Amino acid sequence: MEDSRRTFLKLAGVAALGLTTKPVLDAYASGGGKAPDALVKRGEKALTAKHWGMVIDTRRFTSQADLDPIIAACDKIHNIPKYENKKHEIKWIWSAPYHNAFPDKSNKYMDEHSHYVPFLVLCNHCENPPCVRACPTKATFKRESDGIVLMDFHRCIGCRFCMAACPFGARSFNFRDPQEFIPEINLKFPRRMKGVVEKCNFCAERLAVGKMPACVEASNGAIAFGDLNDPDSNVRHLLHENYTIRRKQSLGTEPSVYYIVGGGGEEEETHG
Amino acid sequence: MNDKGKIITGLVIFFIIFTFPFWYNRGKAAPVPEPVMSPIAKKAGACVRDKAYIKAEHMQLLDDWRDTVVRDGMRKMTNKQGQEFEMSLSNTCLECHDNKTEFCDRCHDYASARPYCWDCHIDNPKEKK
Repeated sequence: MEDSRRTFLKLAGVAALGLTTKPVLDAYASGGGKAPDALVKRGEKALTAKHWGMVIDTRRFTSQADLDPIIAACDKIHNIPKYENKKHEIKWIWSAPYHNAFPDKSNKYMDEHSHYVPFLVLCNHCENPPCVRACPTKATFKRESDGIVLMDFHRCIGCRFCMAACPFGARSFNFRDPQEFIPEINLKFPRRMKGVVEKCNFCAERLAVGKMPACVEASNGAIAFGDLNDPDSNVRHLLHENYTIRRKQSLGTEPSVYYIVGGGGEEEETHG
Repeated sequence: MNDKGKIITGLVIFFIIFTFPFWYNRGKAAPVPEPVMSPIAKKAGACVRDKAYIKAEHMQLLDDWRDTVVRDGMRKMTNKQGQEFEMSLSNTCLECHDNKTEFCDRCHDYASARPYCWDCHIDNPKEKK
C-alpha cells in the first residue's frame, strides 16, 4: 500500500504542475496582440462594402488618349516608377487590346471598336484569388470585410509565386529600386523597394478616408465602383441593365471587375 | 608535463589579445545621443503614447499599427488622453518628426539599428534636396 500512496502523490504533483501551464500559455498567446491601452477603429468617413466591385463602361472610351489620364492618376498617387525597359515595368492599371484582355472571347472577325480601342485592365480582386493561395508568407490576402485582395508589402519576400499564379498578369515585380524612377513623389503614400511584388489595391487607402478610387474619379463616370453584394448599389444596377463580360471567367477565379461592352462610341449615343 | 610555463604564457597572451578591444576602448564610449525635436513635434507637446513607452516600444507600436491598418483596415487609434490619431508612419509620425537625420538616425546609428522603414516610407524631402 505504500506504493499506491507514492503513486498518488506523484500524480497529484504532475496534475498541479499541469494547472500552471494555462497562465503561461495565455501569456504567450496574448503576445503580439494589439496595443492594450489604445482603441483602434475605422475612420468615420470610411467607405465600406461587403464586396467591392467595379464596372467599366468600355463604350465611353474611344482611344488610348481616353485611358491615359486614368492610368496617370493612379500612377501618380501610388508612386509608380516609369522604366524605359519594358521588362521592368510596374503596372497597377494599364491598357491592353481586346484579344489580350479577353483571349477566350476573341473572334476572327471583330467589330471595329473592340478591335481597335484598348481596354483598361487591372487587378480583378477575384473572389477566389489564386495569388492568395500561392503566397507562402500570406503577404497577399483577401480582406474578408470587403473582398479586396491586398498586399502587405512588408511581408513580401519576392518569390513571385503570385505572379505565376495570377492569370491576368496583374502583378509586377520590382527588379530595381524604384526610388529614382518615380517621376513625381507622393509623400502620403509609401513607395516599394527592390525585390517586392506589387499590384492594384483598389485604393484601399482612399476608401478608408471616404474617397473613391483614383481611376474612378478620373474616369468622368465611365468607371463605376460599388458594393456587388448590395442589390441596390450603382454597380448592381449597371450590371442589371447592361450586358457585361469579365476576364477569363472560365478559370473560375470570379473577378470583381466587369466590362460593359458593345462599343461603337458616337454611333451608340445617337441611337440611344 | 613540463610545459606549464609555456601553457600559462600562452593563456596570458591569449587573454590579453582576447580582451584587447575592451581595455583599448575603455573610456572612449560615444556619448549617448540626444534626439532633436523638430519645431512641429515640440509644438504638438505629446506623442501618441507617453514618452517612456515610445522610447522603448516604438518599433512594437509600429509593427502593431502595420497589422491593424493593412490587415484589419482599422486606421484610427484613440489614446488614453482621448486624442485620435491616424496610425501611419508616413502621415502621422513623420508629419511631426520631419527631421529624420537628427531624430531617428541619431539613436539608430548609436544602437547600430538599421530599420528599413525609409526604403518605402519616404522621409522628409527637405533633407534630400
